[in-house]
Amino acid sequence: MRASWRDTLLSYAFLAPALVLLTLFTFYPLAYGSYLGFTEYGGARFAQGLAPKWVGLENFRTLLADPLFLTSLGNSLKYLLVVPALQLASLAVAVLVSRELPGMAFFRAAYYVPVVTSVSLAAVMWEWVFNREGTLNWALGALHLLPAGGAFGWLNNEHTAFWAVMLVTFWRGFGYYMVLYLAGLQSIPAELEEAAVLDGASAWQRFWRVTVPMMKPTILLCSLLSTIAALRVLEEVLVLTNGGPLNSTYTALMYVYSKAFQGFNFDYGLASAAGLVVAAVALLLSLANFRLFRESDGEGGRA
Amino acid sequence: MSAVTRPASRTQARTRRTASPRKVGRLVLRYVLLVGVLLFAVFPFLWTLAIALTDKTAGGSIYAFPASLFPRAVTLNNFMEVYRTFGLGKYIWNSVSITALTVVGTLIVSALAAYPLARFRFPGRELIFGVIVATLVLPGETTFIVNTLTLKKIGLLGTHLGVVLPTVAGAFGIFLMRQAFLAVPHALLEAARLDGAGEFTVLTRIMLPLTRPSQAALGIFTLVTTWNAYFWPMLVLSAAPDKLPLSVAVLKLKGQFNYDPFNIAAGALFMMVPVLLVFLAAQRLFMRGLEGAVK
Repeated sequence: MRASWRDTLLSYAFLAPALVLLTLFTFYPLAYGSYLGFTEYGGARFAQGLAPKWVGLENFRTLLADPLFLTSLGNSLKYLLVVPALQLASLAVAVLVSRELPGMAFFRAAYYVPVVTSVSLAAVMWEWVFNREGTLNWALGALHLLPAGGAFGWLNNEHTAFWAVMLVTFWRGFGYYMVLYLAGLQSIPAELEEAAVLDGASAWQRFWRVTVPMMKPTILLCSLLSTIAALRVLEEVLVLTNGGPLNSTYTALMYVYSKAFQGFNFDYGLASAAGLVVAAVALLLSLANFRLFRESDGEGGRA
Repeated sequence: MSAVTRPASRTQARTRRTASPRKVGRLVLRYVLLVGVLLFAVFPFLWTLAIALTDKTAGGSIYAFPASLFPRAVTLNNFMEVYRTFGLGKYIWNSVSITALTVVGTLIVSALAAYPLARFRFPGRELIFGVIVATLVLPGETTFIVNTLTLKKIGLLGTHLGVVLPTVAGAFGIFLMRQAFLAVPHALLEAARLDGAGEFTVLTRIMLPLTRPSQAALGIFTLVTTWNAYFWPMLVLSAAPDKLPLSVAVLKLKGQFNYDPFNIAAGALFMMVPVLLVFLAAQRLFMRGLEGAVK
């Protein structure tokens, strides 16, 4: 069937609002933002209404020489440690709630509640947990894991703040991946698992030999989403520690944000360049993720 | 289909063997683990609720564990106090305004765009769909910088419309609605067209009524995300503190009432309860929307 003029015209009329908005607020900023990364723009230049000035790789040289940027990039990479923990835990929780036992609907919904919690609310609530007088110190004290008088503010200590923020990311994320894994689990044919049961496979063997291989596409998708999200962590840091103490929680996107919007010497050029570096790392990691899973897939096929 | 047949076949598999003490033990272990995860997931909420309901005039610290989890004197005074002194009504209204605009905008734009993508053949269709899907994976680390510059240029920086417009056209909504439209039987549309219905009539009289569940899923999903959004509204409205939504204002509350956790907890509940009610009422739709966008 050939497209008629009428259909084409109508189609574009219906698509117009979405296309205009996407062009203005997604494609144009992607292109212009990339361009800005190679220019000098911001501060006095911006105030005087001058156009961005092309400076080539200058911004990237500045970034490489900026210890704060290197720290922030290092922190962002370190933040990726949340990914394996988050994925293993969500998959385990999904398996835990997948059996149709009494109360399961309640547990599933309750585990999802942190996902629908705003980051600012999480900040308010977790501050009370991590506080010097908070629940965490109290619980550790009750378990005799904390020396007398050893209580401290977990978010104010440069050795623990990073992990405290990561725990909040973990808390807000595991219900989300649980739902995705649950959908994956439900698409595994029941016959497969029953056959394994009849063959005398233990629950543990069934998990590793049947569930995990069948779940490979979901695991790939979830670790991909999770990797990118971890690399782009900004809100948690912003509301919980604002990058401190001593920059121990300062992440790469925090750097982008503060160069562009904080202080008087805001620098759109440098901020955009830093954003491009983060974007490049995100892309590389996504590709690596794909490769990793394809290779292990091949091995599984041979075995 | 397997989801439907599975529970039955599973029970069969289970009844074939007799319940042993080991099995009971495993069942108990499962529930112990479930409750453990439950505590981790909801403890912060329960504590916030306890603090918000505590009568602070009765004395006692929120950190007196575990007593502070079970307030002796319960009151709603904290809610009234924080509402009045902080002018919370204004922020609630801002949240409602931003969220309503975003939900309505997203539903309209997504449905309009999804209709031709699902139902028409026209040059450029594959390209446009591909480009829209690509936005799901394009790393947008610099978009928020340029978007604030654009909003400033068109005079929308510091307005609710400025917060809303850049977010209403998204791959998530278009994709979800396209899937829903694809499932509507072709014969139905042909019949309507033979009866002389125009395309807009087909969309509003046939497609939309038949895809209510998907619209509800998209609407609820958008509602929750927008109500909770922090970074983007904070950025757009940084120079207009009176227009901030609750999600951003709640943290100002923390700065202002640092000495009074009771008021902060009450303010936090103002923010949380609506979204929690919506989520609990529509969790099935909500999770379906999530899965639909991923598949």
